[in-house]
Amino acid sequence: MNKLMYPNLNNLPVYDTTGVNERIAKFCSRSIKKSSKNEGLKLAISMIDLTTLEGKDTKGKVQQLCYKAIHPHDSLKDIPTVAAICVYPSYVGVAKKALEGSNINVASVATAFPSGQSTLEVKLFDTKFAVDQGADEIDMVISRGEFLSGNYNFVFDEIATIKEACGEAHLKVILETGELDTLDNVRKASEIAMCAGADFIKTSTGKIQPAATLPVTYVMLDAIKDYYLKTGKMIGMKPAGGISTSKIALQYLVMLNEVLGEKWMNNEYFRFGASSLLNDILMQLVKAETGMYQSSYYFSKD
Amino acid sequence: MQKNENKNMFKASWTYDKAPESTDHVQIKKEYELYIDGKFTKPVKGKYFDTVNPSTNKKIASVAEATSEDVDIAVKAARKAFKSWSSLSGKERGKYIFRIARLIQERAREFAVIESLDGGKPIKESRDIDIPLAANHFFYYAGWADKLEYAFPNRNPEPLGVVGQIIPWNFPLLMAAWKLAPALATGNTVVLKPAETTPLTALKLAEIIHDSGIPKGVVNIITGAGETGASIVNHPDVDKIAFTGSTGVGKYISNAIAGTNKSLTLELGGKGANIIFEDAAIDQAVEGIVNAIFYNQGHVCCAGSRLFIQESVADLVIQKLKDRMETLIVGDPLDKNTDVGAINSKKQLQIIENYIKIGINEGGDIYQSSCSMPKAGNWCAPTLFLNVSQSHKIVQEEIFGPVLAVQTFRTISEVIEKANNTPYGLSAGVWTNNGAKIFHLTQKLEAGVIWANTFNKFDAASPFGGYKESGYGREGGMQGLNPYVKFD
Repeated sequence: MNKLMYPNLNNLPVYDTTGVNERIAKFCSRSIKKSSKNEGLKLAISMIDLTTLEGKDTKGKVQQLCYKAIHPHDSLKDIPTVAAICVYPSYVGVAKKALEGSNINVASVATAFPSGQSTLEVKLFDTKFAVDQGADEIDMVISRGEFLSGNYNFVFDEIATIKEACGEAHLKVILETGELDTLDNVRKASEIAMCAGADFIKTSTGKIQPAATLPVTYVMLDAIKDYYLKTGKMIGMKPAGGISTSKIALQYLVMLNEVLGEKWMNNEYFRFGASSLLNDILMQLVKAETGMYQSSYYFSKD
Repeated sequence: MQKNENKNMFKASWTYDKAPESTDHVQIKKEYELYIDGKFTKPVKGKYFDTVNPSTNKKIASVAEATSEDVDIAVKAARKAFKSWSSLSGKERGKYIFRIARLIQERAREFAVIESLDGGKPIKESRDIDIPLAANHFFYYAGWADKLEYAFPNRNPEPLGVVGQIIPWNFPLLMAAWKLAPALATGNTVVLKPAETTPLTALKLAEIIHDSGIPKGVVNIITGAGETGASIVNHPDVDKIAFTGSTGVGKYISNAIAGTNKSLTLELGGKGANIIFEDAAIDQAVEGIVNAIFYNQGHVCCAGSRLFIQESVADLVIQKLKDRMETLIVGDPLDKNTDVGAINSKKQLQIIENYIKIGINEGGDIYQSSCSMPKAGNWCAPTLFLNVSQSHKIVQEEIFGPVLAVQTFRTISEVIEKANNTPYGLSAGVWTNNGAKIFHLTQKLEAGVIWANTFNKFDAASPFGGYKESGYGREGGMQGLNPYVKFD
């Protein structure tokens, strides 16, 4: 295993919210039309971690979602499958079985998701259970309370320990940016996560508002860029929560395209954590093909 | 030439399809006349010149060339209108100005397209900045028209009379608004001349002014080049000249009216210092550098054309700036995704190219974005010069194009000295996370506008103008009323 380097948190770049928002406005004013729009929308589908994280989830619901992941909309041609299904550990086995034969990954949230308020032992057990069930990817949450009280070592060590427990599974580290308050904190948490072994950094659990936003994602992309320049290692990015329309998804892709570029424009390095986004994209693609918007009841809701 | 040594590790792969703004709703006549005394009239000598689209160099329309005879007719019309216009109540004058503002808003899309067609600036700038700000200026000064006694309490402000206004080609409609709105609000009448390369939006504005029902002769808009401008400056019955343009022409005007009773405001060139400290939000500062020099192809008098980076972050800032420059889209001004449009004229392109040659000959390290550019038309890739110093010509002189001279500094006193070491004094920018440092610098920098952690921001309520050879008089804000009034 690579030797981990604790980051120098005293020398991190700072962010000016007004300036970041101005840059975001530039991304959002890009006009994405015709074939570039189609291309972007299909790419977005292939980047989706189709997610269900409800207390009321059942085996049946997870199976349906897996079917939808493999068959987003059979009446449209050349539609890619989504990247992964994201579920609680207890449904990893179900999803794994339902997705057999496809190249769709199973991601599982773990570490006392969404609050992270438990002991390391419990979190490790949670993680190992998900991995044993066959999870390809683990979405862990950081301990925001410890982070905000300045106990960065604790956060770093916890991530590193969970990473070890993941074994072959990829680790996505959820910063829960809606609780971190400032962009400077987002950068700091990104730095800790990347240095502690994260394969991906992820904005939110989806259980806290605000969830993913463009400014927060921008800061995380900037952190990934600097980390790559420093270490040569590519870290992935996953905004999650609140990305429900094609328009917003395209804005994220424009930002990704213009900040990190080509190498990150694929589902190995970028994911959307979303559920209703898929149908909205499908609606746009059908419109592109037929020239008309169809009612939402033509799109299966699983 | 050292070009594209940047490895560009973050190359964008997704290219956006063309997204041209529709031109269907735009009406451009084949021929434009002079707007004098409430009528569109043919020029006395019957001469016309072409206005071209700088992104293709194709002709858009013929425009009348006003000679001294036409100037004389226009000044007489303005003089005749002055008496009744200046004695109208401020509230009534304000109504007309409000009407002009609203009409600009209603036809904003048409104005934006014509501004980009005639001047070469990206549609997103004309759509989001030029046209809304122009309407904003008329709204703002319309509000002052009946409140002049509050702007100048107990001083009984009176209008000057007939004002000759000569405006540049970089912000054609916006500069017309900056000039017309305060002059009309204070009760003056106007003869305005837009630049010869960008007369169309001013002529469209004449249509709107006509539609507003403002009394005839209050606003006269005449077109032509330098000679027409000289005729306005030298006309004996003009009470005031307001000019925005190059320092060279400003000096000529200043000489020409010496010994006359004419008053004068000048808004001239600049070589703005943009100062990045090591404690700045670096990524936003890089964005600020781009806004400061590549906005409107660098055709901005207050552009941040001299960059000063604190030594400890210089390599980082330059690397990030090069990466960012690679993502700028240069091309068709009417495409909604264009970041940098066409150079305004062939002549200006030659000037810029000549400065780039000078920079290379002087030993500066050039870096240009590897963007693709259209074949026809006037284009210049975003350009940096590294390893230059205060004694380089490209650091001293205004280039008025997308060319940035980059220097580094170690201490605050060093950067203040270098920033002020120029005959110009129009704008400056300071980037730091430290509030105290900002106030320290704003007191020491000799510039009319100093932006902190941003650049090239304008507002009708904020005065704008220069120190030293960047001119005198202020435009915008309450201060912008001053040059158009006299006191008993």
